[in-house]
Order: sequence, then C-alpha cells, then structure tokens
Amino acid sequence: MSKLVLGRLSSSLLTLFLVSLVIFAITSLLPGDTAQQILGQFATPEQLAALRVEMGLDQPALWRYWHWLSGFVTGDLGMSASNGMPVAQLMNDRLPNSLLLAAITTAISVPVALTMGLVAAMRRGGNVDRALNVVTLSMVAVPEFLVATIAVLIFAVHLGWLPALSYVSTVESFGDFMRIYAMPVLTLCCVLIAQMARMTRAALIDQLDSAYVEMARLKGVPPMRRVLRHALPNAVGPIANAVALSLSYLLGGVIIVETIFNYPGIASLMVDAVSNRDLALVQACAMLFCGAYLILVMAADLCAILSNPRLRNR
Amino acid sequence: MSEIQAMTHRRQSVPSRRDSHRRMTQSSRLPIATPARRNKPRLKLTRWIGLTLFGLWILIAIVGPWLAPYPMGAFVSDEIYGGASVAHWLGTDYMGRDMLSRILTGARYTVGLAVVAALLSSLVGAGFGMLAVLLPHWLEEGIRRIFDTLISIPSKMMALVMVSAFGASIPLLILAAVLSYAPGAFRIAHSLATNLATLEYVQVAKTRGEGRFYIAAVEILPNMIQSVLTDMGMRFVFIVLLLSGMSFLGLGVQPPAADLGSLVRENIGGLSDGALAVIAPALAIGTLTIGANLLIDSLSNSRDTQKE
Amino acid sequence: MLGESLTVRDLRICATPPGGEERIIVNDIGFALAPGEVLALIGESGSGKTTIALAMLGYARSGCRIAGGSVQLGDTDVLSLNPKETRALRGHRVAYIAQSAAAAFNPSRTLMDQVIEGALIHGVMSRQEARQKAVSLFHDLALPEPDHIGERYPHQVSGGQLQRVMAAMALITDPALVILDEPTTALDVTTQIEVLRAFKQVMRERGTTAIYVSHDLAVVAQMADQVLVLQNGETQEHNTTARILAQPAHAYTRSLLAAARPHEHLSPVRGRPGAELLDIDDLQVGYGARNAQGRPANVVLEHINLHLTSGQALGVIGESGSGKSTLARAVAGLVAPSHGAIQFDRRELSTTLRGRTPEQFRRIQMVFQSADNALNPAHSVQRLLNRPLETYFNLDRRARRARVEELMDLVKLPRHLLERKPGELSGGQKQRINLARALAARPDLILCDEVTSALDTVVGAAILELLVELRRELGVAYLFISHDISTVRSLCDDVMVLYQGQCVESGPCRQVLDTPQHDYTRRLIGSVPELRQGWLESRPPRSETAATMA
Repeated sequence: MSKLVLGRLSSSLLTLFLVSLVIFAITSLLPGDTAQQILGQFATPEQLAALRVEMGLDQPALWRYWHWLSGFVTGDLGMSASNGMPVAQLMNDRLPNSLLLAAITTAISVPVALTMGLVAAMRRGGNVDRALNVVTLSMVAVPEFLVATIAVLIFAVHLGWLPALSYVSTVESFGDFMRIYAMPVLTLCCVLIAQMARMTRAALIDQLDSAYVEMARLKGVPPMRRVLRHALPNAVGPIANAVALSLSYLLGGVIIVETIFNYPGIASLMVDAVSNRDLALVQACAMLFCGAYLILVMAADLCAILSNPRLRNR
Repeated sequence: MSEIQAMTHRRQSVPSRRDSHRRMTQSSRLPIATPARRNKPRLKLTRWIGLTLFGLWILIAIVGPWLAPYPMGAFVSDEIYGGASVAHWLGTDYMGRDMLSRILTGARYTVGLAVVAALLSSLVGAGFGMLAVLLPHWLEEGIRRIFDTLISIPSKMMALVMVSAFGASIPLLILAAVLSYAPGAFRIAHSLATNLATLEYVQVAKTRGEGRFYIAAVEILPNMIQSVLTDMGMRFVFIVLLLSGMSFLGLGVQPPAADLGSLVRENIGGLSDGALAVIAPALAIGTLTIGANLLIDSLSNSRDTQKE
Repeated sequence: MLGESLTVRDLRICATPPGGEERIIVNDIGFALAPGEVLALIGESGSGKTTIALAMLGYARSGCRIAGGSVQLGDTDVLSLNPKETRALRGHRVAYIAQSAAAAFNPSRTLMDQVIEGALIHGVMSRQEARQKAVSLFHDLALPEPDHIGERYPHQVSGGQLQRVMAAMALITDPALVILDEPTTALDVTTQIEVLRAFKQVMRERGTTAIYVSHDLAVVAQMADQVLVLQNGETQEHNTTARILAQPAHAYTRSLLAAARPHEHLSPVRGRPGAELLDIDDLQVGYGARNAQGRPANVVLEHINLHLTSGQALGVIGESGSGKSTLARAVAGLVAPSHGAIQFDRRELSTTLRGRTPEQFRRIQMVFQSADNALNPAHSVQRLLNRPLETYFNLDRRARRARVEELMDLVKLPRHLLERKPGELSGGQKQRINLARALAARPDLILCDEVTSALDTVVGAAILELLVELRRELGVAYLFISHDISTVRSLCDDVMVLYQGQCVESGPCRQVLDTPQHDYTRRLIGSVPELRQGWLESRPPRSETAATMA
C-alpha cells in the first residue's frame, strides 16, 4: 500500500512541476516584456536594458525558470511589479481571509450535499429525487454572479437585512460576522452543494445497483442499513472524489465571489494582478491555486486507496 | 446478466458504461449531466423547457442583432438604469442605452465564442483521445501526460494567467477555453476509446490487417460519437460560464464589444437599486446555461434508456 | 430447523421494459415440494427461471412485479406478507445463493461479517454463537483454514471457495428453503465438482428444501429430485428427475437432453492428412518486465509445440487461466511471444501484426467467444460481411453482393437479416455472422476461441454442427479453443490439454480423452458431470491437499 501511496504522491509532485513549467512558459517566455510594461511606452532603450539586467530578464529562459522555481521553494516569490511589495507578503495578508471563506463554505456545503445525495439515492425515482434532480441540474449551470445578484436583490435591496456589496473590515460581534459572510458563502454553497449532491447520488446509486446490495436485500437487511453498511463503504472513494472535485470548484468560484462582494481574499488579489499585468503576483497566485487543486485531488485518491481493502491490504 | 434484464432490454455491447461514466465525472470539474438509471421516469417536461430555452438563445445569437430596436452603442434615453417601459422593454443601462438591444447583440458573442471553443475543445480532445489509443505506448503516455498537466490548471486560472500575459482578445479567450476544456474531452474520449479498443470487433479488425485510421474512423468512432457529442454540450455550458465570468471580471470581451458577462459587469453599479440592467443579462446567461443543461441531461437520459 | 414444504400456485410475474408496455414474463407456474425435496428449474437464458426463484423470497427485480399467484412456505403465505415481515423471512427462513459469488459479496467487508449478518439481523443467535456456527459450516463445506477464512476479504479467496462461503452464509440460520441460482456456472469443472459435493452434503444433512436454478441438465441430475423445464416463462414439463432423464415427454425437453449429451453423432470424418499448415515451436508468452534471459515476469504460456496440417482440427482444452486463449491470440498476432517461433505454411509468421502480409492476414481468421462484442454494433450485417471482401479480394459490387449472399446461405441465415444491426439479432444468429465473416476471407485456418460457450446449449450445439459441416465442405483447419471437453470431442481430430500455461498431454482426440495418461487430464475428464443420477456419488472425493487448491 505504501508503494501505491508513494506513487500517487510522486505523480502529484511531477504534475505540479509540469504545471509550474506551463505557467512559467505562458507568463515569461512568450512576448510581452515585463520591463517594457513597468517603464511604459516612453522608456528609452537604455533604461529598458538596465531594468532587464536588474530583473534578470537578459538571462536565458531556463536559468530564469530555475531561479523562479528555487525562489518558490525557499519562499522568495519575487517583487510585485505594481506596488513594489514582496509577493509573499501580499499573499500572506490575503490568504487567511480566503481560507476562512473556503472553510466556512466547506463546513456548510459538505454535510448538506452528502445528505441530499444520500436522500436522493435512497428515494431514487421518487418525487424527492426528481425534484432534487431538476433543482441541482439547474443550479450547477448557473453563473455565480447570477446567484450573487439575486441574493443581493433579495437580502439587501428588498429585505434590507444585509449590506449590499460592501465589506465590513471590523468584526465585533457574531452579527457582523454573519453580515460579512452570509452572502459570499451562500453564493458559493449554491453551486457547490448542487454539484456535490449530484455526484454523491451517482456514486451511491452505482453501489446500490450492485449485486451485493441485492444480496443484502435478500438477506433481509433493512434499507437504511443497506445504504450505510453496504453501499456507503464502497462509495467512499467516489464520494471523496466528488467532494474534492466540487471543492476544487471553489478555486474558480471564489474569484467571482470575492470580486463581487469586495472580499479581500487571494482571488481578488489575483484579479487585480491580472488587470495590472503584475506577472510575478499572477504566477504565485496561479501556483497556489493549482497546488491546492492537486492536493484536493490527491487527498481524494488517497481516501479511495485507504477505503478499498483490495488496495489497502496490498 | 440476469434473465430479466436479458429479456427486457436488448443488449448491446456498450463498453462498460458505468466505468466510462465514472471517469467522465472524475475528469470534468462540473459534472453536469449524469446518465439516468433504468426505469427512471422520463422527464419530458424538462426536455421541452431545455429545448425551448436553448433554442431561443441559439436563435437570438443568429438573428438577434437584426431584431434589436436600437443600435447597440446608441445613447437612446436620458434615464440611466431605467426600468422596463414600452420604449425600452428591458430598461436602459448605466449610460442610457437600450438593454434589450444590447442583450440581443451581446448574446451573439456569448453563444458564438462558446460554440467555437466547445467545437475546438471536443475536436482536439476527442481527436487525440481516439488516436492516442492507436499510437505506440510511449507516445500515448506522452500525450496523456500533457493533457493531465493541463487539466490540473483550473480553467479560470488558465484564462487569468493567459490574459495577464497577452491581454484579453477574442482569439486568446478561445485559446484559453480550449486549453482548459480540451483535456477533459480528451480524458473522456480516451477512456471510451480505450474500452472500445479492447473489444473483440476491434481485435478482429486488427487481425484482418486494417490500418490505424480505418480502425479509429470506422470501428471506434461510430460507437463513441454520441458520448462525445453529449460531452461537447457539457463543455459548451462550462465555456459559457468561463467566458461570462471572465467578462464579468473585465478580463474577457473588451468594449466596445460586449457579451452578456460584460453587460452584467458594466451595470453592476445599479445592483443596489435593483436595476433591471444588471438582472436581465445575468438571467440571460442563466437561462442559456440551464436550458442547455436540461436539454443535454434529458437527451442523454433517453439515449441511455434506449440502449440498455 | 428442518426443511418445510413449499407450494407454488399460478405464479405470474410481469415486467415493464423502459418506455414499453408491461408484459407477462412468467405465467402460470405451479409446483409442490415436500420438506427436504429439491426442485430444479431448468431453461435457457430468458426462460424466467431466476425470476421465479426470486419470487420465493417475495422479491422481484426492478421493473418487474409479482402479479398473481401464491407461494406457500410451511404455513406462511410469502406473497401476502408486509415489507417488514418479508424482511424477516429473507435470510432467515428463505436463503439465496447467487450465481456470481464474486459480485454478491461486499468487497469492503470481511467474509465473517457478511456470513453472520443475516443471523444477527434476525436475532437468531448471539454474535459468538453465529461465529461458531459459521466456522462449523466452513468445516462442513470443506473450506481450507475454516477457523480463519472468515477474517479474509472476498478478493483474497478463490471463486470456488467464495461460492462455498456463500452457502455458509445462506445456511447459517438453518433456513427452511434455500434458493440456489446457478451456483456453479461461473466455476471450472474441476472446482464445480467439489462445490457440488459440498452443497449436496450439507443440504442433505440438514434436510433443506431447495430450488436449484440451472441451465445444465447434467448438474441438475446430481442435485434435484424434481425437474421443471421452462421456456419463455411457461412450464414445458414437470416431473421427477429420473422420469425427465429417462422418458422426456416434451419435445423441448428432448432437445435440451440431446444438446446436453455428448455429440457422438457429429464425430467428424478424420481429415485427409494435408500439407503442413501451422507449426509452433517452443512458444512462450508472458507479460511484465523481462529478466536477463528474456523471460517475462508473468509467464502465461510456456514450452508449447504444436503442428497442424491443412484441414485438420486441433482442440485446445484448459480451464480458466490455462493460457488457451493466449495461444490463439499469439497465433493471430495480437500478443507477441517472448520466445519461440510460429511458422505458417512453411514460412516464418511475424509475431506482430505489423510484419504480416495481407495474404497471411487473409488465410488466418479468428472467431471470438462473445458474438456480442465481436460484431461492431454500429454496422449492418451487410457491411460486416462486405469488409473482408473489400480488403482481401478485388471484386466488383455485384460480385461482392453475390458472395455475401452465398455466405449467408453457408451459415444458414436468411438474407433479409443483411440489413439488420447486430443488436437486432439473437445470440446464435450473431455467432453465425461471426463465422460467416471469417469464412468470407476463404481462410485456411480459423482460430475459434470458445465460440459456443456464451450460447445456450441447444444453440451452441447447432453452431457446433455448422462448424463440422463447414470443415467437411471447405476443408478449413481449426484451432479450437474450449473448456468444454464434449464439444472438442465432437469436432476435433487431435487435442491438446493445457494446465497452468503448459501442455500436459496431446495426441489424437480418442486416445487422449478415452485413455488419459496425465493426472490432470484424468481429473479434468472425470469432473465433467454426466447426464445420469448418482454420478456425483460415484466420483471419488479428491484428497485433502487437492481440495484446498480449488
């Protein structure tokens, strides 16, 4: 088993390395000169050359890649071109906010979605299942800004419960906390829950259709026990996968949500960086998001390995 | 195989459907349409809703600009964020332009870009997916590695990184969408083709001395084309969401051109007043994607019931 | 608890295909069993035998419903119970043994957990008692390491053992009625005999009433007191086993019996000794990394020598995992051997597809086991048969059309099937098309890989007859891969017995099959059930060490 786990880990590392190569290639190798951008159109060739030397842009691409990558490992992410601060510090300031948002969203969506998936699978073909099917099917196709817009209209404009599109930076009471997080979390949860519930349902139904669940039924095992003791243990792998893939959606979803609600997280930092063409910051943020994605997917695979006796006992 | 199933369903050699479906859900980040199970009542209503909504938007994308009562960029009213009126059915935007005209025109960008990008994604993904099966093992592994790397970059990340490097232009947005969504199409097509390639009729063709391209085009492709088309529909939905999202961030289609996402962005200031100018385009995208999704789901459902 | 009497009256079961009209799939079934009696339900696929058996548990699969009739077990009317009472019946008074134990065991729970689950749910005994009972059942069923086998997971146990563990699971509550649904069909014959013996012994000791579902009359003859012959969900004949075997009244029963008897009447005329066609020299096939000597990590087939003259039929017999299919695939060029050479018509045959000439492709044709997968579902029959003609022969359209029709005649299929797709054909028709496609190439050698084993007995027998006839008319040579000794006997001149990748015995069919020299060949032949009662008892049980191998 340890061989399997190690194999999975090293494969993730290799992918992360290749991803870094792709991101670096897109942002640095192809046209679009950082020095030109910083100095603007009216810079003299001498100024440009000097800045290039200073930034190491005159070095061969491979060397620059190596420099960049080793900087990553040691925590030196370079300087932000737009405001001259170290990238690491900028990200450090914002990361906790994003993690908190992600954590709250996860804590709410996972139990809700798993319950919905479970109920739909058990009531397959029934009214509850059909209703959930149409609702989730619609929800997964809805853009985040539509959910956000509707949420604002209802809770801020019509009901006046929450401030619209403004971020309160001081949290003094639970009420403040709710005010800040209610709408971003609600928006993220909507799509997330729909997806996760659908995938959970599919994973469970796969198992409920299997011969051994029929066998359990013919042994007189009651329905609840069939699902919990027979189907669920075998669906752990697929469900972990569903959760991981849905949560990885958060990586894209927060970008829109943080922007709409002016939430000072890492995603809105990245959007600003893209607008300002602050490449060092974009690279760092992109690597962070890709790394998070790979960790999620890997965690799901490890769950699948550990939950399967065939793989576990190897 | 139970007797009942053997009796009630004409069996066809479907390459372990369940297996390929599982991979399908794994590979796409948003599993939108899941194949139905046996005996699930057909949701005819959802198909009609889906067909109507989706058909409406395709129609608007084709003829919309001619139906528009005003030119897209014309300042036709003094009222900004105006409500619905006889002159302006969907009100006016933040500069006093007619929203209906802007949506009718903007839909063409949203639908057109997504259609092109979805077609290209499926073409590239499914093409490589099918060919990879027939190529030597090391080449197949190489191709897989490349697509596996690309799939590990979330689609919005890919688009953001590319826009930051090259600026937002229409060809670049399409390229970003293809780079993000071709890998998913590749995975699905590749797993389908791998399953099909192990089937005996492909082995028979091999022992008959058939060439690679004959096997790919005649033996494998006809048996996976429907799944590939379904998948392309799903990719269309993803790409609409991606590109509208980019436009919403101001990093997609650039003014003076505007797709539905840009319309939401430029009028977001009216949200606190509940302006129609921001709700209408957001709803437009929502109805397009929901419609497409309902349609794909109901089609793949009915196909499944036919096949099983 | 002893077995109880079972009376079934007017049982009717309906099925609704997706999007279709409800129709009756089981009609008017009735029988009565005294306590301890065993009834066999026999029929081909689609005859409704499993559906009837499941109704004894008050269960119908999704899409089906029990529409009428009664099932009376002891003094319980099974079909009138409410869901809770039905659950209390299942796995307690009525137990079920499924066909594929590998699929019917939950892969993520230990065997003991699953074996005693029923007893615990129904509160029949304590966990401790249940465990002891399970271990004693494992003993009775001749499972190896009976004290510890329960700690294993399903994938750690062989198919034959798993099937016996399932019997233990069924018998743990001392049920009044046991349903055995093709319990040995997925097993090799040498394993089957041990499982049958174990089943029969424990059932007899406990006086269990049982329903035994099978398509195999020879197996049924060993296990059942009564036989009910089914076709399309209706009773064809119902009588004691002895009467059914000796004096079958119904034509359908007679055809089943005829198909199940060794097909001696087919015995082919010994082919004229022809020219050397296929010559295999010290073949070794395997997969995985190769060591310094070029030997793969997993050797599937080794030291295989084989000679085939034109027009000759060579049978290759072996059980699952013996490497027999690999042999055919190596000749076809689908797997490259790691050692050895293949000569075809005195010329070296390239081990890979790439190195072969079009003429060699044409002269060697392969016919696969499952006609379902061997015919591309997207193509019409016409197109399937046309393709080899286009590939190998330079014919104009009319000539091709004529040849396609000729081929249909050759395999005795009506021409109107040409426009159909494989999904619209029956299993037997598909296998005939499969053959016709091979014949289209006018081959010298046809590699037949288990061509009759996926078919119902009667259909399979007809295909076999066709093969004999084609050989007589066309003089084509067969390399006939099979696990079924009687089909090989009726079709082949020579036979080769494979065991774990090696040839243990080969020679003329009569000689090898009638006077086997090797221990394994003897065991293999001796394990094939014969169509007479008392055969199972007449077989000497295998020694303990041999039994643990199964």
